[in-house]
Amino acid sequence: MIEAIEIIGQANFWAAAIRIATPLIFGVLGALICERSGVLNLGIEGIFVAGAMSGWLAVYLGTGLWTGVAVAAVVGALCGLLHGVFTVLLGLSQHVSGIGLTMLATSSAYFGYRVAFPTVTSPPRIEPFAPLNLEILNVIPIIGPALAQQTAMTWLAFACVGAVALVLARTPIGLAIRAVGDNPAAVEAQGLSVAGLRIGALAAGSALMAVGGAFVTMSAFNAFYFGMINGRGWVCIALTVFASWKPGKALLGALLFGAFDAYQVRLQTLAGGVVPGQVFLMLPYLLSILALIAVARRADYPRALMKPYIKGER
Amino acid sequence: MKRVDFRLEPRGKPSILLLAGIPVLSGLVALVLALGLLSMTGAPLGRAVLLLIEGAAGTPFALTETLTRATPLIFTGLAAAVAFRAKLWNIGAEGQLYVGALAAVAVGGHLETPSLVLIPLIILAGATAGALLLLGPVLLKTRLAVDEVVTTLLLNFVVLLFVQMMLEGPMKDPMGLGWPQSVPILDAGMLGQLVPQMRLHSGLILALLAAVAVHIIQRHTFIGLEMRAVGGNAAAARFAGIPVASTLVITGLMSGALAGLAGVSEVAGLKGYLTSDLSPGFGYAGIVVAMLAMLNALAVIPAAIFIAGVFVGADTMSRGLGISSYFADLVVALALMCTLVGSLFLRYRIRILRIA
Repeated sequence: MIEAIEIIGQANFWAAAIRIATPLIFGVLGALICERSGVLNLGIEGIFVAGAMSGWLAVYLGTGLWTGVAVAAVVGALCGLLHGVFTVLLGLSQHVSGIGLTMLATSSAYFGYRVAFPTVTSPPRIEPFAPLNLEILNVIPIIGPALAQQTAMTWLAFACVGAVALVLARTPIGLAIRAVGDNPAAVEAQGLSVAGLRIGALAAGSALMAVGGAFVTMSAFNAFYFGMINGRGWVCIALTVFASWKPGKALLGALLFGAFDAYQVRLQTLAGGVVPGQVFLMLPYLLSILALIAVARRADYPRALMKPYIKGER
Repeated sequence: MKRVDFRLEPRGKPSILLLAGIPVLSGLVALVLALGLLSMTGAPLGRAVLLLIEGAAGTPFALTETLTRATPLIFTGLAAAVAFRAKLWNIGAEGQLYVGALAAVAVGGHLETPSLVLIPLIILAGATAGALLLLGPVLLKTRLAVDEVVTTLLLNFVVLLFVQMMLEGPMKDPMGLGWPQSVPILDAGMLGQLVPQMRLHSGLILALLAAVAVHIIQRHTFIGLEMRAVGGNAAAARFAGIPVASTLVITGLMSGALAGLAGVSEVAGLKGYLTSDLSPGFGYAGIVVAMLAMLNALAVIPAAIFIAGVFVGADTMSRGLGISSYFADLVVALALMCTLVGSLFLRYRIRILRIA
């Protein structure tokens, strides 16, 4: 029992928590940008896979790590544009288009991987992002060493939280994105393009999601595996509601989830086979559902979320 | 300066030709797009197409294999069609399929009774399990306004882990040589073969009956009308005195039961026992089937056979040419996207406007 509590005092535990949280931070930020503009993006799960695969592949083919991240972002943005054409320009079901995008992006990534590597049995590896080892942080107890072990991509995620918060809260474009998700007719009346804003938000949000996917293959691991995303994207959709569409709370939610997931793994080894491992593996998914239930009643969804806007129609 | 713009104008009731033509065209466009991608990888296109068709429908064996694969897809397609009609976004058919299969082996592996009793019991158990799994998310939606998309999606992962746990633990077959698989369903509980020497089983008959039943419920009963009304406009339905919440609950029970039956037919018709790789994504492919069928219960049958043909044909193609069988998933995803765009032409006509 004591050991179960001691875990919380270990720097390694918090390092793992932050590592698990990083792709989720990117994912939730991406999802909240899309949803703030009024479009649900269920393509997230597939965009994660496509980002993980394309970024990693670019590096494997010889580009630099950051170029790989950029490649993933571009692939993500293209996915977002496709979703935008379907849901914004054509006003098609955001649910079905999103699920379709996930299926399309996932199968393209898997198929592309098999075209590039038809027969490999052990996945080819790259040299991933290295921990920054910021010695200066070690003066802070527990959290300091945990942060020092992280790679540059985690710091990029933290920076993105600040940047997205700033843009949404303090810039005209952020105001426009928030407005278009609440009252598109008013935005139109201001002479701004509803479709342009929404598609732009989708491209930007989807690019962030893909970078989250790239983190998994380029920083957390060093190879691409089938099924490695395993529902992380869907978790982000739940966390977005939990975070009430606010970047700061998104960071908090992702870190809480990361801590819980890392804790679950350690508890599993402590339990030493008394409780089946699957019980622990289920917990993160169940936690996401519980988080959704906890906030559902007072969730303040963007008013125009999932409502296609067609000029001249009321 | 001349500017060209386009506008979508609502159209009246689409003609039968359009209703049937758009899904067929969507499926073909998806195939062509995917084959185009395939030719970019340097694969011999002609031979690929030949193998695909031969594998899906070239021999009596291929045909029965396609129909065997179509059976669970009819069930999951119906599950999605029923739910989506009422705008209940059940994306959890994969999980409901697995609990259905789990319940089927739990009952069918142990209950020593004649077929006449056992088979209905297995069917009932599987349908109930699937229905109950979806009941949770539906009640969360109607009572607490929790979005059902995320809950049903996440439950898929929970259920798969639960099945693995049961197969490694209490439900593991002691005679299974250590493999994580359930005890086999008793012979009396197995759905019979339809064609001797082939894998095609009477689960297909069950699936066809289910499609007809769903069609009748949707078209000719009051609850079917209520489901359509809730899907069309929930606020208007409520105003018209339709009990929206209970309609959604009934829809959910039906949808979950149908997905559970997919699991029943796979274990009691085809495999005989449960493993954790029972479904290669039948639950998700069911969404594509439903969309291809334009949410029409009877049209689910040809749509499921088409998707099944793609899967079975792609297997043959991948064996013959060394192309990854993920090709089939690509076609299925493209088919969904194409149908979605195609559905636009059912509701609107596109008017090109030239603005001077």
